Amino acid sequence: MDKTPRTLPRKSATFDDYTLSEIRRAASTGIYDIRGAGAKRRLPHFDDLLFLGASISRYPLEGYREKCGTNVVLGTRFAKKPIELKIPITIAGMSFGSLSAQAKEALGRGATIAGTSTTTGDGGMTPEERGQSKTLVYQYLPSRYGMNPDDLRKADAIEIVIGQGAKPGGGGMLLGQKISDRVAAMRCLPKGIDQRSACRHPDWTGPDDLEIKIHELREITNWEKPIYVKIGGARPYYDVALAVKSGADVVVLDGMQGGTAATQEVFIEHVGQPTLACIRPAVRALQELGMHRKVQLIVSGGIRNGADVAKALALGVDAVSIGTAALVALGDNDPHYETEYNELGTTAGAYDDWHEGRDPAGITTQDPELAKRLDPVKAGRRLSNYLKVMTLEAQTIARANGKSHVHNLEPEDLCALTVEAAAMAQVPLAGTDWIPGRGGY
Amino acid sequence: MCGIVGLYLKNPKLKPKLGKMFKPMLIEMTNRGPDSTGVAVYRNPVKKAQTKFSLAHDDANYDWKKIDVGLEKALKCDCTITKIDSHCILVTTGKEAAVIAWLKAHHPGVRVVGTGHTIEIFKETGLPAEVYDRFDLDEAQGTHIIGHTRMATESAVTTAGSHPFATGADLCLVHNGSLSNHNRLRENLRKEGMDFQTENDTEVAAAYMTWKLRGGATLKEALEDGLRDLDGFYTFLVGTADGFAVVRDPIACKHAVMAETDDWVAMATEYRAIAHLPGADTAKIWEPEPTIVYTWGGHA
Amino acid sequence: MNELDLHKVGVRGINSQLHSLPKNTNEKHWVIQNPKGQHSIAVGLDAPLQIDIRGHVGFYCGGMNSHAELTIHGHAGVGTAENMMSGVVWVKGNSSESAGATGNGGLLVIEGDASSRCGISMKGIDIVVGGSVGHMSAFMAQRGNLIVCGNAGDALGDSIYEARLYVKGKVASLGADCIEKEMRVEHLADLERLLKAAKRKEKPSDFRRYGSARKLYNFSVDHADAY
Repeated sequence: MDKTPRTLPRKSATFDDYTLSEIRRAASTGIYDIRGAGAKRRLPHFDDLLFLGASISRYPLEGYREKCGTNVVLGTRFAKKPIELKIPITIAGMSFGSLSAQAKEALGRGATIAGTSTTTGDGGMTPEERGQSKTLVYQYLPSRYGMNPDDLRKADAIEIVIGQGAKPGGGGMLLGQKISDRVAAMRCLPKGIDQRSACRHPDWTGPDDLEIKIHELREITNWEKPIYVKIGGARPYYDVALAVKSGADVVVLDGMQGGTAATQEVFIEHVGQPTLACIRPAVRALQELGMHRKVQLIVSGGIRNGADVAKALALGVDAVSIGTAALVALGDNDPHYETEYNELGTTAGAYDDWHEGRDPAGITTQDPELAKRLDPVKAGRRLSNYLKVMTLEAQTIARANGKSHVHNLEPEDLCALTVEAAAMAQVPLAGTDWIPGRGGY
Repeated sequence: MCGIVGLYLKNPKLKPKLGKMFKPMLIEMTNRGPDSTGVAVYRNPVKKAQTKFSLAHDDANYDWKKIDVGLEKALKCDCTITKIDSHCILVTTGKEAAVIAWLKAHHPGVRVVGTGHTIEIFKETGLPAEVYDRFDLDEAQGTHIIGHTRMATESAVTTAGSHPFATGADLCLVHNGSLSNHNRLRENLRKEGMDFQTENDTEVAAAYMTWKLRGGATLKEALEDGLRDLDGFYTFLVGTADGFAVVRDPIACKHAVMAETDDWVAMATEYRAIAHLPGADTAKIWEPEPTIVYTWGGHA
Repeated sequence: MNELDLHKVGVRGINSQLHSLPKNTNEKHWVIQNPKGQHSIAVGLDAPLQIDIRGHVGFYCGGMNSHAELTIHGHAGVGTAENMMSGVVWVKGNSSESAGATGNGGLLVIEGDASSRCGISMKGIDIVVGGSVGHMSAFMAQRGNLIVCGNAGDALGDSIYEARLYVKGKVASLGADCIEKEMRVEHLADLERLLKAAKRKEKPSDFRRYGSARKLYNFSVDHADAY
């Protein structure tokens, strides 16, 4: 036997296991990989920032007695009826169709208990969601599936969707398995077909024409409701300025970690900027226009805990929005269903083929047997618990930095652990005065 | 993203009213373009041996006399200057290329905004109503006029970034839309000798036209080549010595409308701008088709 | 009959007046003067009113209309009757791009031409165009009928779902997955009904029918070029 020592087998970092499996899959099927959720690869994010806390120069507030406010008002610019939320965390737009009716109901219940809003998705408003959600934002998308003036008038706010973080420039995709009778009826589509959604609005293109469209929506609803404009993380500085110029009350900015029901993997991972990179340019655009805090900014894409909430607020946003995290709170990707995940070829925490509609948790499915597994009342409670925890965490952090309201958090309360995060968040690298890009180096 | 408007008078009796007729058209487009305003008016043709320059400077108190005196001395030519707010109309027998070179060398803060025999270009940051007043355009008389209200998309709100952009003698370009390959084009055009003052996509389109025209193309050919080489969404309105030209990209998402009576031809991003003109209610109204170059007023 | 002068009360004045009328109002007939190309005139109506607009209108006239009958005595801008739910919008002149966009129901009649993207993403509206339609008409059209008495521009019915298209004149080109289809008794009956409603003199037998080949309904790599 040959006793020559061999080197260890070495896998390629470029052609890693995942890449090899994807090449094989593509060669076999001839179609791009489609999945749900947001960008999964490691990106500069809020974890790379830290708060400084209290010190000899800065004094904390006592918990309980010394209040730390968390309320936020959205839509003060033009709307007759702005929205008042108890907490600066909203539930992002997710469609009935991508989620079960039970999941939508649970989101409505949980958000209402917590004193915040939910948002409809690409497919329209269901009676369950309007019935359960005290404050409901109605999305106005390129597809206009289910769009109608009655629901527009029933909504508390209108969110014009130009793009989302997972796919700035993509339409919505809902593959045949999910077009149940009910979804098909709501969207006026034949059952069982691949749904292709348009990527541009059918009757306007550009911020100058968006201005006219916003005006139309205000006229239809007698100027009552705040109008949000939602964009993905493409060119946040210009996009936010243009949203303001076209007359938005609120801008919703979604980074690449923001989830989707289903789109091409290549879109999710390779188009659109990380959430952390989008915030300072967006806030700068508002400040330069004299509109910071007058046109409110909501940021989403990878918000997971009260620290993320507090950091986003410190960088200048008015509120954050959660999608993926809300679903996890309801029970998505729970290890309880590990056997079934294995049968689907995946594992708890990695399951993202939501478009296949076979979610064991009954959340991203239209299958009545699976959907039954989610108890909307219990799940709603879980969501409200989670929102409560995030709020308490953000308050704890804010108090430790001497703030009586979470909106008083500021960039100077932060430092960064990496050069990238320091550059993106425009805060100093911990232990130094250095903010990359400021002062010429 | 913007509003564009153009008015061409068929009836010479209306020439004294050009500025007055155009004002409400431009102001109607304010919401589409709150950032800056620009107008190219075709009036007061100079003699064949002369060239008219539209110049601008950021300093409101700039001493234009320096230019008058300096040029006459340096190029042994005749000059007259007329200051209008932050701009100055220079009429000179000096050769265009020499004048531009002299200005660049000795007065780099002076921007050459337009050149030709009849064109005068005025553009500034600010709302249409204000800018119109600053340049006394209400009193303007002439044969035709092009205007633009700007909502900046991917470049800064500056005077230099405003439209119209001059693309050659008596030629100017205004644009509604957003190009998507202008950055690479800009680099290529730089290699061909074109100069740029801004990061603006429209400036690239204008430079492309200039470059094509210098190479011997007619305006129609230049615009048709542009359909192939310029990517993105656009409606272009080009002012020429004796009229104007309109073209839309193949996807044609940016609206454009034309109207014509016995007295005038008008073009605008929205009909409500045209609605102010006398006879608009009964005018022939139509939309330019995508990729077709429409021209009025003689050879292009 | 009530008259409103847009020049005096503005678009907000017009819309708030019309919105304030109860569904069973006796004040059904309204005339709007001096529209002068303004946008969003008579949008979001929700009662069986009869509105005559005397002049040219801007974008989105009759947007999200329910139950009302609007007549535009002039030309209409972009997105006429967009997302209409029911009722009638009648344009005496031409209409701009995206006429009847995403309409769910009702009848849109354009006596003149209709520009590009007519009936884009339509979801049940019926559109009858006396003249021609521009490129990308009936793009992603899901349901409803588009009848064109003149010609149709390039890419008619690109990515079409189940809407039915009838064209009397020439079709410059058909879009992805759109083909000419057989005209059967039920189609002729639909045409007869809609042409009559639109007061057209053309005969159903003058038209050819176009619709989805249904090859893009479920992705197949062999059709990847269509995307």
